[in-house]
Amino acid sequence: MRGRGLDRPLVGTVAALTAFGILMVYSAGQTDVPTNAQGAWLRQLAWVGIGLIGIAAVFRMNFRLLEWAAPSLYTLGLALLALTLVIGTGGGTAAGTRSWLTIGSVRVGQPVELAKLATILVLARYLSSLRESPRTLRDLLTPGAFVGVPFLLVLAQPDLGSAIVFAGILFAMLYWSGVRPRLLLLLASPLISLLLAANVLWWGIWMLLLFALLVRWRSYVAEGVAVYVVNAAMGVLAIILWNRLQPYQQKRLTTFLNPELDPSGAAYQAIQSKISIGSGGLFGTGFLQGPQKRLAFLPEQHTDFIFPVVGEELGFLGVLLALVLFFTLLLILLRIARRAGDPFSSLVTFGVLGLMFTHLFENVGMTVSLMPITGIPLPFFSYGGSFLLTCYLAIGLALRVAWDSRVSGYTEI
Amino acid sequence: MSTLSPHRVRERAAGARAVLLGAFVLLAGSFFKAQIIDREGYRLQSATNRLREVRLAAPRGTIFDRYGNIIAENEPGYSIKLFAPSEDSLRAVLARIRKLIPFDSSAEEQVLRRYAGARYQPALLTGTASFEDVSRLEEHRYLLPGLVVQTEPRRVYRTRGAVAHLVGYVGEVSEGDLAEERFPGARLGTIAGRDGLEQEYDSLLRGVEGSRYIEVDARGRMVREDAATFFVAPIPGSPIRTTIDLPLQVFIDSLWQAALPGTRGAMIAMTPDGEILALYSAPTFDPNAFVGGIPGRTWAELTRDPAKPLFNRATRGKYPPASPFKLATAAIALKRGIVAFGTRMPEPCRGGLQYGNRFFRCWKREGHGSLDLTGAIALSCDVYFYQLGLRIGLSNLLEEGTRLGFGKRTGVDLGSEVEPTYPPSTAYYDRFYGPRRWSSAVTLNLAIGQGENDQSLVGMTQFYAALAGNGTAEPPHVVRPPAGARSRGLGLTTAQLEGLRTSMMDVVRRGTAAASGGRELNVAGKTGTAQNPHGKDHGWFIAFAPADNPKIVIGSIMEFALHGSSVAPHVVRVIRRYLSRFDPTLARARVNVAVQQDSAPRVVEVPVDTTGAGR
Repeated sequence: MRGRGLDRPLVGTVAALTAFGILMVYSAGQTDVPTNAQGAWLRQLAWVGIGLIGIAAVFRMNFRLLEWAAPSLYTLGLALLALTLVIGTGGGTAAGTRSWLTIGSVRVGQPVELAKLATILVLARYLSSLRESPRTLRDLLTPGAFVGVPFLLVLAQPDLGSAIVFAGILFAMLYWSGVRPRLLLLLASPLISLLLAANVLWWGIWMLLLFALLVRWRSYVAEGVAVYVVNAAMGVLAIILWNRLQPYQQKRLTTFLNPELDPSGAAYQAIQSKISIGSGGLFGTGFLQGPQKRLAFLPEQHTDFIFPVVGEELGFLGVLLALVLFFTLLLILLRIARRAGDPFSSLVTFGVLGLMFTHLFENVGMTVSLMPITGIPLPFFSYGGSFLLTCYLAIGLALRVAWDSRVSGYTEI
Repeated sequence: MSTLSPHRVRERAAGARAVLLGAFVLLAGSFFKAQIIDREGYRLQSATNRLREVRLAAPRGTIFDRYGNIIAENEPGYSIKLFAPSEDSLRAVLARIRKLIPFDSSAEEQVLRRYAGARYQPALLTGTASFEDVSRLEEHRYLLPGLVVQTEPRRVYRTRGAVAHLVGYVGEVSEGDLAEERFPGARLGTIAGRDGLEQEYDSLLRGVEGSRYIEVDARGRMVREDAATFFVAPIPGSPIRTTIDLPLQVFIDSLWQAALPGTRGAMIAMTPDGEILALYSAPTFDPNAFVGGIPGRTWAELTRDPAKPLFNRATRGKYPPASPFKLATAAIALKRGIVAFGTRMPEPCRGGLQYGNRFFRCWKREGHGSLDLTGAIALSCDVYFYQLGLRIGLSNLLEEGTRLGFGKRTGVDLGSEVEPTYPPSTAYYDRFYGPRRWSSAVTLNLAIGQGENDQSLVGMTQFYAALAGNGTAEPPHVVRPPAGARSRGLGLTTAQLEGLRTSMMDVVRRGTAAASGGRELNVAGKTGTAQNPHGKDHGWFIAFAPADNPKIVIGSIMEFALHGSSVAPHVVRVIRRYLSRFDPTLARARVNVAVQQDSAPRVVEVPVDTTGAGR
């Protein structure tokens, strides 16, 4: 392996994010009240070591082999996911779900994280095999199904956050494969209907708008009718689905819309997170010094809500630094995807970008009440082995793609 | 490679970059708003999350007597407070504390009440912990989360019960007090004066509480006792100087405890200018018991005691003034020019007076014969004063009596005071009995201090201070005359005052065998026996001395004492004690006391006077 071929900006950014993340996990363990986060940073460091091995392994892997193995990996991932539905246990931040695979009493890992990677691979393989970009909703049925299966399996756990990530991956990769945004909008329309169904007026406006768009875009009649019917059905289904949601999920959604409704209960996390961030100000209270964290007002301060620790202790400047690092990473991934030597590599890289972006936006967004609270981790920051390993494997893929394209002498046009 | 041809990829990359940029701006903007624009609000919320105020009591001002002796001061004490996240955890900690230091279940109830009143503040367990208790608790601190031990100034009254009704006591401000705004500036649990001087001058004595803060975790458990973020030092209260003669006050107490155990009553000593030298009510109580929260059992004992030890008989007790009031009748008559000291009444005393269809008795069945005013005062002849009252006339008697202040509180600066009963005009009788359902026979009762006439000890003593002084008594006071309190001008000439004093002393010359050598101390006074429809009569004695140049005026009432003359000896001892401070030879002086053979008339039945004058 030639050192020259290694994408140095990517390595540097990931190294910086990892160091930043470890420091924050360490800080999260420094509290006045004993928490289980105390030694987490050491375990996280061990996971970083495992992650580095993962990067090296993936980096040495031939992408053609990976492309060939994608369906098997995907099947394996689905099998493990399905297994969690049978023998899965709750644990960590996902106490209410069955996302953990446990052997004996040892929690081995959360298969969903690896399933995300497998889904990216199989989707990349399918989309790169197409001669033409999907043009109709019908064309989207197959890729939709690839994501739909793990999406539903995860929802059944139930893990709303990861389901959103699968959706994010699908939309990112479809976009990168050339599906027109208007088609993506139609694909997303049932979801929008679902969300707007809570308010009859908004839903009515949306249905009118959808009708206008369908007419304007002159889609196939059957397709247009199907989209419209599905949207209408979603409006009705919403109520039924709503009742099927777990109470804590309902609460999270309602309190996202109005956190003051229930300050001690479900909105507690949202409020305390925002207090931590807001009280940090420009410079923060100082590393390790955040009172909200120290006194355990901030829930899950080493996992899902690690970013408020950044906000509280390092202030707006620390937040800005973290965000700049993250978006630098995303832009590097975008660059690698653009320069990739083959469609499969490019799509895999963009899938990784979609994965990272969805996690970042949802996790950071929920800490400032920009997004509803769903328990998904922040890459390189949140404590947790499965996800950290997944992130490193994903970075390994991107590194390999970057190396491949450099070796083949790609020059930007 | 058609789907990912370079030019199309560049287009999509631009779109992706736009989305990323938008997301970055959205996130960064949200953080900017929270951390820069709304920062102060969140910082306050963070502080309220974790900081709990612990109030620091301000030392109350010292109360001095007229010589600089200390009546009330502070000593360092320990207060034990408990900070708890929930009522259950408070109960658990209390259960553990109960094994270490003793406290009864009513105290526990009180702690829980205090906690319910202000959850975010440490609830007071006791304000009077001993050093031993504190060290035992400190040893087991790890078992007692939320324990806050503070050294706090604690009120102490070294002379205990001797000054109880004078200084009052202190206690925590309750929710009811806050609702009534009784203590401006005080908060729930603040120590405030509840009675006497402590209450009257509370705004001066109290000072301003300070505060410090403790830090708690998310479950409300105390993490750090001193979060040095803020510290507001308490401002001590101001000292006050009183007119009290503390040695005299203590003397009265020890005298009463030794010579009159169990006797209910009161005694007030003042100068003729209205400066109160001593004020005592019996039975008394220990005001120290209230400091740091009175134990429920002690409170129950005090309030259920039929002798009502908390009741200040000197200012709140109301009694028929009886014979001492005859001097008021005489003063009114003199002022109006109706009589002179030599004036005799048409009917000599034959043991009573027929008025209308009723016979009004004199206390002396055999009768006094024909008397002039001097003699009538000296012998306290009822028949003379019946006729004097009739001669003054009811309207005039009421009008002049009201002018003398018998219908008003004196305004003494010792907390609440009872309002005396004295009809301002005849309309009072119309209202009380109905028009024409009463007769002018009420005049006869009024003239001898019975009937619709109830006075407080402090009011009667003030009247005698006017007699003893220059005819005008300043409002009685302990610190300073209250604003708006009026002096009582008798409207008598110096000669008339002199005559009244002489009449009071007359009985000495007549009564006692004069065989004295050396110093003599003449005490002018008036005994009285107030009718008590519920039991034995109450004895009055109001006196001043030395008779020719009064320096001290003392009023005393003893419930169920039968006769005023049994009150007199005690008063005389107090007078001698006070005066010998200025003239030590008086300590051995022979004392001539004007103790008249007193009237003890039964309630004279006026046909309409069925309710016994509504006392």
